[in-house]
Amino acid sequence: MEKFTTLTAIAAPLPLANVDTDKIIPARFLKTIRRSGLGVHLFDTLRYDENGAERPDFVLNQAPYRQAQILIAHENFGCGSSREHAPWALLDFGIRAVIAPDFADIFYNNCFKNGILPIRLPRAVCDALIEDARQGDNARLTIDLAREVVVRPNGEEIAFEIDPFRKHLLLHGLDDIGQTMAHAGAIDAFERNRAAVQPWLPKTTLA
Amino acid sequence: MSGPRTLFDKIWDAHVVERLPDGTCLLYIDRHLVHEVTSPQAFEGLRAAGRRVRRPEATIAVADHNVPTSDRSRGIAEPESRLQVETLEQNVAEFGVPYFPVLDERQGIVHIIGPEQGLSLPGTTIVCGDSHTSTHGALGALAFGIGTSEVEHVLATETLLQKRAKNMRIEVAGQAPAGTTAKDIVLAIIGKIGTAGGTGHVIEFTGDAIRALDMAGRMTVCNMAIEAGARAGLIAPDDTTFDWIKGRPYAPEGADFEAAVRYWRTLPTDPGAAYDRTVTLDAATIAPMVTWGTSPERVAPITGAVPDPAAEPDPAKRAEIARMLTYMGLTPGQKLAEIPIDVVFIGSCTNGRIEDIRAAAAIARGRRVAAGVRALVVPGSGLVKKQAEAEGLDRILTEAGFEWREPGCSMCLGMNPDKLSPGQRAASTSNRNFEGRQGPGGRTHLLSPAMAAAAAIAGHLVDAREFA
Ligand code: SF4
Repeated sequence: MEKFTTLTAIAAPLPLANVDTDKIIPARFLKTIRRSGLGVHLFDTLRYDENGAERPDFVLNQAPYRQAQILIAHENFGCGSSREHAPWALLDFGIRAVIAPDFADIFYNNCFKNGILPIRLPRAVCDALIEDARQGDNARLTIDLAREVVVRPNGEEIAFEIDPFRKHLLLHGLDDIGQTMAHAGAIDAFERNRAAVQPWLPKTTLA
Repeated sequence: MSGPRTLFDKIWDAHVVERLPDGTCLLYIDRHLVHEVTSPQAFEGLRAAGRRVRRPEATIAVADHNVPTSDRSRGIAEPESRLQVETLEQNVAEFGVPYFPVLDERQGIVHIIGPEQGLSLPGTTIVCGDSHTSTHGALGALAFGIGTSEVEHVLATETLLQKRAKNMRIEVAGQAPAGTTAKDIVLAIIGKIGTAGGTGHVIEFTGDAIRALDMAGRMTVCNMAIEAGARAGLIAPDDTTFDWIKGRPYAPEGADFEAAVRYWRTLPTDPGAAYDRTVTLDAATIAPMVTWGTSPERVAPITGAVPDPAAEPDPAKRAEIARMLTYMGLTPGQKLAEIPIDVVFIGSCTNGRIEDIRAAAAIARGRRVAAGVRALVVPGSGLVKKQAEAEGLDRILTEAGFEWREPGCSMCLGMNPDKLSPGQRAASTSNRNFEGRQGPGGRTHLLSPAMAAAAAIAGHLVDAREFA
């Protein structure tokens, strides 16, 4: 996983609430067995018409925003399915941070596993940042994860919160399976105890 | 720890392997369900890191999302779907993971087969790379959906790193009127609290109307907890639960079953335990429900009408409603019971159980699907299909003009050939009415199996109580 330290980039405004994972990446693109290559299908139905041509009014089809690395949206971003294809598609397009008033839980978790930083900020702040973002290339946002701030083009700093463990993994690009493996002894002990106390827990077997 | 605890608290506490300094917990996972869509990249990750599956016996794999629901003896025609299923088969073979093959009668939608096989038990933790894992909470299990990286994490370590969710209680008091089903109850709940109403919480459903539900109904309710944004849904296990589990293939037997029940009886929430939030609904006021928008919270009683966006004070919401009505091809004030439909889909992990098929057949018996309507019934598993056929339900349905299919996710998400064409309108017993969910440009109205069957007969959305 690529680490996330600071990012100064163009932000794309997407002032929509309840952007569900079917909108981020429709089910017909989930047939892949790889993580990469989904960026071209990101927001497929919003981005392309029935004939596959780009819709010029969609933000990511407009000149400065094709290079956007930050996305700003409204409430409940990423609701719906657990598909990690949603953050994979965002990442493959180049998005490294999403700012919204709140996120659906599974999507929020999935972002961290892929080096994407989801930032929760109040709706009014998101709207102010959306106004900044509308200036396109003239107004880049900076995100400083170590200091937990978003810096507006006018220099104003907006603090955000993130839990320390996730921040640590993201700052250093750490694989959390490796972290958990360090607790193997505790897992072994837990498992032995569980087998003794609840021996009736079912075990599936090979056919 | 010693104070009164909720059902969620008890299951959580019993599975904490270690607590990290910032409160993140290493949570032990008892049961891992794996399917073909969200697992290939996880197995690939294990392979790349030279890791193995820690506990194959705690894992079960099945293909459900991509499988065709017509004749399967000739395999899967669509090359990408076939590759995904074949990849799963190679992965389970390579990593030694137990698997129900596509032609096995135990194959079916992952959330149908877990409970059906007795693999989903009270007091356990269950995960799957699928958001509707919340279904298994109906048995009193802490069950939640995870992403593919977490699937890999569980395969490798049998644990997850998790922050404890908050406790939310939804009390459905009183008695539901005749003709109001579990689906109507859960749609009414989502309509009330919204699709983000449960975010960050585990919802425990309580109250007489929930207690009165059979296990199929409880699974329908917990299935859609995710549509209310919740991490998981839970219903306290009781005698209804224990009777339902007893005798299932993987359920404990004899003295083990007795010991398990003794433990399971300790799980319900202690009197006086605190919830972070409580919401109450009166079951007596819940009528058969149907969604009119492209979010499950956009729902109304079948006796109602399409809302007028002009009546919405918040400009953002007004624009959202207007956009939904355009997509759905509806006009403000239009009566819901007059909306014509093209397709009916009865199935999915929400409503693909035998009880759901019985409810549909009860409406279909001796009637005919309206001209021009295509109606599909897709059982949730091979065993549900077998049971329905033993009861003669398939004949009742096919004589009425319904198609009787092989088990799978089917038109719930349109990854297999069952999908809507642009502009087609479906009455669907599934769980999501998002734009394009059942096929690009498709329009979805969510409702109960009885309401779906009634719509098939009438050719338009209709109050199923008129067919009783
Ligand atoms: S039936 Fe639908 S919601 Fe359920 S697992 Fe399959 S695709 Fe997901």
